[in-house]
Amino acid sequence: MAAPAPQRLSLGARLAARVNNVRHLLVKELISLWRDRALLILVLYAFTAAIYIQANGMKHDLHRATIGVVDEDNSALSHAILDAFLPPRFQPPVSLDPGRVDKEMDAARYTFVLNFPPDFQSDVLAGRSPSVQLLIDATALMQAGLGATDISGIFQQEVNRFVSRTGRDTPAPAELKIRVAFNQGLESSWFTGTMGLITNITMLSVLLAGAALIREREHGTLEHLLVLPVHPSEIMLAKIFANGTVILLGSTFSIVVVLKMVMGMQIAGSVPLFLVGTALYLFFTAALGIFLGTLSGSMPQFGLLFFLIVLPMNMLSGGFTPLESMPQWLQTAMQASPSTQFVAFAQAILYRGAGMDTVWPRFLATFAIGMLFFMVALVRFRKFLAAQQ
Amino acid sequence: MPPRAIRRRGRRSERRVPSVRERIVNTPSERSSGTPAPSGAAGGGRPAAVRLAGIRHRYGDTTAVDGIDLTIAEGASVALVGPDGVGKSTLLGLITGAKRIQAGTVEVLGADLATRRQRDLVQPRIAFMPQGLGRNLYPNLTVAENIAFFARLFGENADAKGARVAPLLAATGLTPFAGRLMRKLSGGMKQKLGLCCSLVHDPDLLVLDEPTTGVDPLSRRQFWDFVETIRADRPQLTLLVATSDMEEAARFGRVVMVDEGRILADDSPAALLERTGQPNLERAFISLLPEDRRGDGDGAERSAPIPDDAPIAIESRGLTRRFGDFVAVDHVSFKIRRGEIFGFLGSNGCGKSTTMKMLTGLLPASEGEALLFGVPVDPADIETRRRVGYMSQAFSLYGELTVRQNLELHARLFSLEEDAAARRIAKLTDDFDLTEHLDALSDGLPLGVRQRLSLAVAILHDPELLILDEPTSGVDPVARDGFWDHLQRLSREEGVTIFVSTHFMGEAERCDRISFMHAGRVIATGAPEELRQAQKAASLEEAFIAYMEMGGREAETDARLPPPAATSAHRSSFSWSRLGAYAWRETLELRRDPVRLAFALLGTAILMIIFGYGITLDVDKLRFAVLDRDQTAESRAYIDGFAHSTYFVAEAPLADPADLDRRLKANDIAFAIELPPDFGADLRSGRPTEVLVTIDGAMPFRAETIQGYVQQVHLQFLQQAAQEAGRSLTTAASLEMRYRYNQSFKSVDAMVPAVIALMLIFIPAILTALGVVTEKELGSITNLYVTPVTKLEFLLGKQAPYVAVAVFNFFVMVGLALFLFGVPLKGSFLGLFLGAVVYVLATTAIGLVSSTLTNTQVAALFGTAIGTMMPATQFSGLLQPVATLEGAAWAVGTFFPTTYFMRISVGAFTKGLGFMELVPFILVTAAFWPALLLIAHLILRKQET
Repeated sequence: MAAPAPQRLSLGARLAARVNNVRHLLVKELISLWRDRALLILVLYAFTAAIYIQANGMKHDLHRATIGVVDEDNSALSHAILDAFLPPRFQPPVSLDPGRVDKEMDAARYTFVLNFPPDFQSDVLAGRSPSVQLLIDATALMQAGLGATDISGIFQQEVNRFVSRTGRDTPAPAELKIRVAFNQGLESSWFTGTMGLITNITMLSVLLAGAALIREREHGTLEHLLVLPVHPSEIMLAKIFANGTVILLGSTFSIVVVLKMVMGMQIAGSVPLFLVGTALYLFFTAALGIFLGTLSGSMPQFGLLFFLIVLPMNMLSGGFTPLESMPQWLQTAMQASPSTQFVAFAQAILYRGAGMDTVWPRFLATFAIGMLFFMVALVRFRKFLAAQQ
Repeated sequence: MPPRAIRRRGRRSERRVPSVRERIVNTPSERSSGTPAPSGAAGGGRPAAVRLAGIRHRYGDTTAVDGIDLTIAEGASVALVGPDGVGKSTLLGLITGAKRIQAGTVEVLGADLATRRQRDLVQPRIAFMPQGLGRNLYPNLTVAENIAFFARLFGENADAKGARVAPLLAATGLTPFAGRLMRKLSGGMKQKLGLCCSLVHDPDLLVLDEPTTGVDPLSRRQFWDFVETIRADRPQLTLLVATSDMEEAARFGRVVMVDEGRILADDSPAALLERTGQPNLERAFISLLPEDRRGDGDGAERSAPIPDDAPIAIESRGLTRRFGDFVAVDHVSFKIRRGEIFGFLGSNGCGKSTTMKMLTGLLPASEGEALLFGVPVDPADIETRRRVGYMSQAFSLYGELTVRQNLELHARLFSLEEDAAARRIAKLTDDFDLTEHLDALSDGLPLGVRQRLSLAVAILHDPELLILDEPTSGVDPVARDGFWDHLQRLSREEGVTIFVSTHFMGEAERCDRISFMHAGRVIATGAPEELRQAQKAASLEEAFIAYMEMGGREAETDARLPPPAATSAHRSSFSWSRLGAYAWRETLELRRDPVRLAFALLGTAILMIIFGYGITLDVDKLRFAVLDRDQTAESRAYIDGFAHSTYFVAEAPLADPADLDRRLKANDIAFAIELPPDFGADLRSGRPTEVLVTIDGAMPFRAETIQGYVQQVHLQFLQQAAQEAGRSLTTAASLEMRYRYNQSFKSVDAMVPAVIALMLIFIPAILTALGVVTEKELGSITNLYVTPVTKLEFLLGKQAPYVAVAVFNFFVMVGLALFLFGVPLKGSFLGLFLGAVVYVLATTAIGLVSSTLTNTQVAALFGTAIGTMMPATQFSGLLQPVATLEGAAWAVGTFFPTTYFMRISVGAFTKGLGFMELVPFILVTAAFWPALLLIAHLILRKQET
C-alpha cells in the first residue's frame, strides 16, 4: 500500500504548502496557549490590572513630599509660606527641634528642611532681603530636584504676595511664559501607563516564545515535528505569529480600554499605526525569545538569561530614564536595540501625534534587527536539537 | 506454539527451560533460609518489621490505596506486584514515612509512624529508593560525592562513614566510575549507585520502588545479584520491593499482588502458582483479576519469513556519530529488507537512539552514510519524511491537544485531503480503539492508550518505514501485546518495514531479525533463534548477556558487602554535619551549572554596570532650538544663557512655528524658545515683553525638570541685564538651597549604592529559590522526607552557599562603586559590611520562603523575581522615600528589608554615616532573617501529603 513518492512540486505549490503548514501549526500554538491557564492569566493580568496599578502606583512627579521646619521666626509670613505647601504634592510641614535635624535627615524621614531665621518677617518688611535656608536630601534623586524647584516657586510667590499687600512690588521686565506641548497637564500616569505597557509587551513576548520552544523540546514534541514534512522556519513562524497575535490583542485592549477609556489618556496619534509598529516589534521579541531558548539547556537557564538580557534591554530603552542622560557610548549602543526604537516611536505616535513620515526609519530598523535574530535563531535551531543528546 | 501469554517485561520463558537467570533469581529465598515461607499473614516467630492496618489513601477524587492490612516479618523479602498506578508507590511512601498517613496505622520496626518523634527515631534505620532512575540522587554530583553526601546525612562522624565509600563502590563495581557525574551513568549504574547510597547507613529495612524499570537485562541481573549479596551478609535486613515485572517477583520469598488499591493475593510464589494452577506468576496474576480486565490473550502466529530478495528499505554504511571525544555510534552497518521487523537491543546509552536519529535525519552523521529506499538521508529533504513514520521513546505528541486534534494536526501537516484525512482518522481510531478517547486531552490518557495514539499518528500518512525508539518502555504487558499485534499486521499485511529498539527479550523474539549493540557498535545480527543457538544459550536473554560480555561489557564482580560500621543510635536534633552535607552539595551543584554559576558570580556586576550607567535621573544634555524673531544683541545674549549651560545643547535655529511643531514631534528637541520681535528694544525701554518656551511634555518628569531649569536661566538673564543697566533687581527674600550629602547632586552617587541594595536582593533570592525547587522537581526532595535531616538543617544548608555568593558579590559591587563609578565611601565600611551580611541573610531567606511556596523552577524564578523587584524598586525608597508612601505601599516598604539596607548603603556611601549611626538600621535588617526562616520552616513539609 506504500504511497508513491510524491512528485517534485512547483514553487507555487511548495509555497502554498508552507503557508498551510504555518497555519496548521499556528492553530496548534493557540490551542496550547489556551490550555495553559496559568500563562493565560498572566497575560490577562499584564494587559489590564498591571498597567493600571503601575500607572497609578509609581509617580514620576512630586507626591507627598516630606518637609521639616525649624521656624525661629514664627511670624505671619512664615506661617503663610508653610500653609502654602499643600497635598498631594506635599505632606503638611512638621516642626522640628533644631538639634534633631541631622538625625532625621540621616534616617531619610524628611527630604526637605526649611529654616526660617529669627526676625525673618521684619527683615523682609525692612527691605533687608533676608535668606531662608532649605536643606535638601540630595540622595532622594527624583524628589530632590523637583521639590526644590517647587518649594522655591511657592516661597517666592508667597513672599511676593505678602510684599505686594504691603505695597512694595517690582514687576519683572520680561515675563517667561511656559507652554507644555502634548501632555498639558503633565499627567504622569499616562506616561508610566504607556511605558508599563511597553515593558509588559517586551517581557511577555520574549517569555512566551522562548518558553513555548523549551517546553516543546522538554516534551519531545519538537523532535517529533522535525521528522514530519515541516521546515524549522515554519515552526518558528507559527510560534511568532501565535504569540504575536495574542500580545497584539492584549495591547490593543490595554490601549483602548485601560489607557484611553479608564484612565482618560489623550492619544495624539493613530492607534492603528502604533499597532503596526508593535507588530514589527513583536516579530523581533519573539525571534529573540526563540534565540534565547536555543541558547539555554533548560527552563531555569532560560529564565536567568532572560533576566540578564531583557531586563537591561528594557531599563535602558529610554522608557524609564531619558536616553540623552546616559553616557554617549551607551546611547549609541542602545540605538541598536529595537526596544529603544519601540519606546521612541511609541512616544512619538502616542504623545506627539507623529505619522508614518516621521517614524518609518524606526519601523524599518526594528524589522531589520528582528529579521537578523530570526535568521540566527533558525541557524541555531538544529544545533540546539543536536545538543540535547 | 503455545497461546501467547500476557507478558511482563517481556520474556516468554514459559516456553523454554528455566534460564540461568531464573536459577539465580530464585536463590535468595533459598539462601536466606531464615526467611520463612509466609503463608499470607505474618510469618514465623520473628518480630514484625512492618505492620500496616486499615491503610487508605486518596489523591483528590482518586483512591490510591483502599484498605490494606499487611504484616512483614523481620528479615523477609517481599515483592509488591501489580500494574502501574495500583497504589504500590503510595504504600511504600507510607511505610518509609515519606508520605503523611491519611487513614490507618503504620508501624515500622516497632515505631508508630504517625508521630513525628517515633518517625525521627526510626527513619535512620530505613533506606528508600524511590521510583525512577536515580531519582533521589544528584545528577551533577559524581558517584563518590553522591555516596559521601548520604553518608554525611546519616552519620555524625563524616570520616568514619567516608571510609565505607570505597568498599561499597568496589562491591558494586562502580570504583572505576567514582569520579563520573551521576547524570552520565547508564540506567543500570544509576540504580546500583542508588542502592549504594541507601546502604551507606546499614539500614534494617530496605525499600525499593521499581528499581529495574528501564534497565537493560544484563544490568538488571547484576543489580539483583548485588541485592542478593547484601541479604546473604545481613540476614536481619528486611527487603520490600515494588515491581511490575512478575518474573522478578518470582525470586522473592513472598509475593503480595496488588490491584486497584487492594491486596489481590499474598503468598509465596510456589503457593500462588499452585493455587491458581498457572505456569507462571504473570498468568497467575491475570487469572486473579476480574474477568473484564484480563485482556484477550489470543495468539498471533509468527508469519512467514521475509524473502531474501525483498528490496532493501534501510541501509546503514559505517554510520558514526561523535559528541566531542565521545563516540556514541561507531561504524554501524546493517541492511533491513522491506516488510521486515528489525529489532535493536543493547544496554542503556549504547547508541540505539542516536542511530535512529541519524536515520530520521534528526542528527547529522559524523561519518558514514544512511540510505532510505536507496537514497542517502538528507535532513533538508522534506519529501522523504512523508515515507517515514517515527515514534520516540517518550510520548511526544501534544499533551494539551485532544486525541482528535493531534490526529488532525498530523493529517494536515502531511497535506492529506480533508475527506481522505477524515476517513483515515476514522479507520485508525477504530483500529486502535481510540474512539472513546477522541475528545480527551492526550495528557490525561493511560500510558497504553497514549502509546496506541502515538503509533496511530506515526502511521497516519501510510509510511513505508516505521522507526520506533523503545515504544513500549513502561507500558502495561496487556497493552504491549496489543501493540505488537499491530506491528506484526503492519509488517505482514501492509509491507511496512519496522525498525524498533527495545529492552524486552519477549519483544525481541517477535522480530524477524535483531542486532545486539554495545558501546556504539553492533556485536551481532541475526534471527533471534540463530543468535541463541550460536551462543548455545538456553534463552535469548542468556545469549544477549553472552554477546554483551563479548562486546566488552564488564564481567560481574564478586560483590561482597563490607562489614557494617558500628552504628550509633545517638541522634542529635541539630547536626552541623547534615547541614554541611547540604551546603556542600549545593556548592558542587552550583559550580557545575555554568549558566547558574555565571549568573551568580557575574550577574550582579553586569547588571550593576548597566544600571549604574544607564539609570540616571540627571536631566541634562537637553536639546533645544530657538525661533528668534528679534535678532538683536539682547536676544542673542538671552540665547547664550542657555547655550553656555552644560544642561542644554543648542540645535539649529527654527525657521517658523511649523518647524517648531515638526521638530518637537520628531523628538529632535526637548523644548523650543520663541523670542518676540522687538524683544531687545522692549527690554531696553522697560516695556513688558514675553518669552515663550514650549516644552515636550511626553515625559512628565523630564518636562518638570526642564521647567525649573528654564526659569532659573531666565531669572539669571534678567538679573544680569539689570546689573548691566545699572539697576539692581532686588528680591524681598531669597531661598538659599543646600543640597546635603551629594552637593553636586549627581545621580550616580545616590544610584550606585541603591543598585547594590537592589542586586543583593534580586540575584541571591532567585538563586536560593532555584536551589530548593530543583530538588522538588528532580525528586531528590525525598531525601528530606526519609533521612534524619531536619527542616532547619535543610534550609540553612541550602542557604549557606548563596549567602557566601552574595557576600562575594557585595565585595565586587563595592569595588565597582569605588573604582569604576568613582563613588566615594564616606562613612563606615564596617557598618556597611555588617549591614550587607545581615541583609543577604534576609534576602536569601526570601528565596527560601518563595521556594517552599512553589513547585516548579519556572514558578520559583518568576515568582521570586516579581516578588522582590516590585517592592525593592518601588516601595523601598529608591525613587520615592518610604516616608512619602501611603497605605499598602507604605506597609510593604516598612516590612521589606531593602528599605533598611537602602538606608545603610546610601548612608554609608553618600551620607557619610559612621558605624554607630548605622547600627539601628543593621539591627532592624537583622531581624528579618529569623522571621523569614521561621516562615519557611512552617511552610516546608517533612512529609509528602
